[in-house]
Amino acid sequence: MTNNLDAMTFIEVKNLSKTFDQFLANDSISINIKKGEIHALLGENGAGKSTLVKCLYGVVKPTDGQILINGNHVTINNPREARSYGIGMVFQHFSLFPALTVSENILISLDEKITKKYLEDKISITAKQWSLPIEPTKKVLDLSVGEQQRVEIIRCLLQNPKLLIMDEPTSVLSPQEINQLFKVLRKLANSGCSILYISHKLNEIKQIASKVTILRSGKVISSTSTSKISTTSMAEKMIGKKVKKITKISKNRFVNSPNAISINNLDRKKLSQFGTELKKISFNVKYGEILGIAGVAGNGQVELMNALSGETLGDPDEIIFEDKKIGNTNIKFRRSLGLEFVPEERNGHATVPDITLTENTFLTFYNTYSKNNNFLDNILLSSNMSSDDSISIINDNDVRCPYSNPLADQLSGGNLQKFIVGRSLKANPKVLIISQPTWGVDIGAASEIRSKLLLLAKAGKAIILISQDLDEIYEISNKICVINNGSLSTPKITSKISATDIGILMGIN
Amino acid sequence: MIEFTPRKIQSSFWTILSPIISITITILIGSLIFKILSYPVIESLYQVFVSPFSRPDRIADIFVKACPLIIIGLGLIFCFKANIWNIGAEGQFILGALCAGSFALLFPETKTYTLLFSMFLIGFVGGAIWASIPAILKVRLNVNEILVSLMLVYVAMLFIDFVVRGPLRDPMSFGFPLSKVYPDGAIISKVDFPFIGFLGQFHYGIFIILILCPFIWFFINKTLPGFQIKIFGSSTRASEFAGFNKNKITFYVLLVSGGLSGVAGVIEVSANMGRLQPEVSFGYGFTAIIVAFLGRLNPYGVVIAGIIIATAKLGADNAQMVLGIPKVVTGIFEGMLLFFLLAGETIQKYKISIRKDN
Repeated sequence: MTNNLDAMTFIEVKNLSKTFDQFLANDSISINIKKGEIHALLGENGAGKSTLVKCLYGVVKPTDGQILINGNHVTINNPREARSYGIGMVFQHFSLFPALTVSENILISLDEKITKKYLEDKISITAKQWSLPIEPTKKVLDLSVGEQQRVEIIRCLLQNPKLLIMDEPTSVLSPQEINQLFKVLRKLANSGCSILYISHKLNEIKQIASKVTILRSGKVISSTSTSKISTTSMAEKMIGKKVKKITKISKNRFVNSPNAISINNLDRKKLSQFGTELKKISFNVKYGEILGIAGVAGNGQVELMNALSGETLGDPDEIIFEDKKIGNTNIKFRRSLGLEFVPEERNGHATVPDITLTENTFLTFYNTYSKNNNFLDNILLSSNMSSDDSISIINDNDVRCPYSNPLADQLSGGNLQKFIVGRSLKANPKVLIISQPTWGVDIGAASEIRSKLLLLAKAGKAIILISQDLDEIYEISNKICVINNGSLSTPKITSKISATDIGILMGIN
Repeated sequence: MIEFTPRKIQSSFWTILSPIISITITILIGSLIFKILSYPVIESLYQVFVSPFSRPDRIADIFVKACPLIIIGLGLIFCFKANIWNIGAEGQFILGALCAGSFALLFPETKTYTLLFSMFLIGFVGGAIWASIPAILKVRLNVNEILVSLMLVYVAMLFIDFVVRGPLRDPMSFGFPLSKVYPDGAIISKVDFPFIGFLGQFHYGIFIILILCPFIWFFINKTLPGFQIKIFGSSTRASEFAGFNKNKITFYVLLVSGGLSGVAGVIEVSANMGRLQPEVSFGYGFTAIIVAFLGRLNPYGVVIAGIIIATAKLGADNAQMVLGIPKVVTGIFEGMLLFFLLAGETIQKYKISIRKDN
């Protein structure tokens, strides 16, 4: 137990299993993290990454198996115990109170009692030491997402962690912020702190981690050094089959197609206290074109989507479709003109979770079902037509259902998204406005959705794509612009705008 | 630690068993309470649970008592499905009764039932107008409908009190706050069953439930407006995404619910009182909220729930009359029954297991 190899190991997990009900989330997982190592945990949604990490951080208790820290058996009953063993965690969704300052937020989570003044000094010192600039007296609601993440990291660092767990840390960051984060992580690792880095972005893992453990359906598929494995084979191991080579659909080259939709000086108030006000947004999209709108979450994407869909209304000439002024018309009317929408939130916005897929089809299609526009057609539910349509949406888009016509919340996130995108395509739209189409969707489904969008543009339709995923934006859009704090940059041809330019437009240095 | 795991499929076993268990537990704990308060246990239980069913006329009276609860409850289904909290059915009930009653008293000698039918219409409009106040305030100014509808209950109570003491008081009432007696054409008569004759207070107004209940079921489940109400209540954002008009839905569900409460008020007064008096409702509007939820917002469920609650009320009355058990004690029964029925629903929806924690 005291040989050289073990002395290098900080934490070792042996045959850890966790079952929920009858579902085996973790199936005898063994993993070994050395001191000062950046260890990546890779897997699709539902592969068991989160469960494993939650076991390590004491949020859930494993059903079976052992955890060894520095060679000693331990049981971790709660996060406080995890912290006492030197394990810190930065969650994907931050747990910060917007109305409190940075130091107050950290103070309430600390296990020991110290004064606020002392803590503020300590924060400043730690921030300087690890080059994580942060102002301890600032309120969290005034911080950008990247800054909020720094608060979470500092919160962990104050406890002198031996192992830092980071759950999908880059999904909310700009390219510059990602680079900065990686520098901090490397510095930490050099100082002897181990890092468990959860991600499904292959390039990132190659870039930052020295070792990668790949999970699939709760099992360890492979655990190897990142220098010995290619991104393609990582992807294959992750999804368990050869990555389907989707016939690469080239981007459309539109030259002189007519204008589909123009947005002129669109203003909107913020939707909630922590929302963003839209300031004089203007752009045009031509038929056959895909316009990508990049930006860090919370910069007005939700407000923009609602304004484009007609869930919030404004002046008539703010939105012009072909030659119709529609800025003041509701979503039902816009749909009847041939516009379709896929909002970011799947459950409770694009679909109602506790009704069936047939009913969810009816939700956006009912307007087209009233054949002769007579009274009875308008009043009575026409379930036959929506059930035919939903069946064809399910078949055309390879939506996998647990049983026929399930409730929407019985589908996995990826399958529900395929259904929602399929539903909007089924409406045969002239303009499709789609927000975060592949957020949380596995690689296979994501690339299917993207190629469907490319095909739609090929067919001469216009697409507005709002996405946080820069790779996605680059892959399919003809023009790119960036939304930052409610303002939109001028769209530029994709080949003429670099990731660095985009980072600058995101407003982060 | 106790763990609740949602059941994927509703267990039909528990659906049947859980109400039985609920009622059994209520009876057991109730007996204990009677024992502690030194009332005769068996006799008390008999009065509360059995006596309402002991004679045909008593059974008929269950329906009489349940009638206003069910009609109001059917209206409340619309509001509660849409997540609009109309707490003021009591006030809408009073206003319906008052408007229809005032109208009836304008035509003192009428014998034809045209008058009664116009009263239904006026009662509906009266209740709907009363409900339209919170509706307009909610839609225009986003004022909380719970507060407005509740406060209007007290306004309605004081208003009818004023009317029967002032403008509509019968000069021959010896100073009692009562209106004149309704004309014959405004009275809902009792049912004269063939071979049996009258059964308690059983009146023709009760039959309206036979029409309303299936109609409302059809409306909620098979029509577009019904679908819109369900979606709006289940997810506001999704209903806006579908293009449903939020304000229209809010407005109409309150109107319909208020209108049906008004109709219930008309029936109650025309069938059982025959004149206006300061107290026309005995908390029916509030009890109906419980009825609507106990019936799980299903029209047929509401009918059953109305009968259960009415039985409990009558049992309590009997226990008070025969054994002198105060209503507060029997009120505990009602509370326990509700509590255990709702707790039983948890067993239907969740699998409960006990997990050992070290």
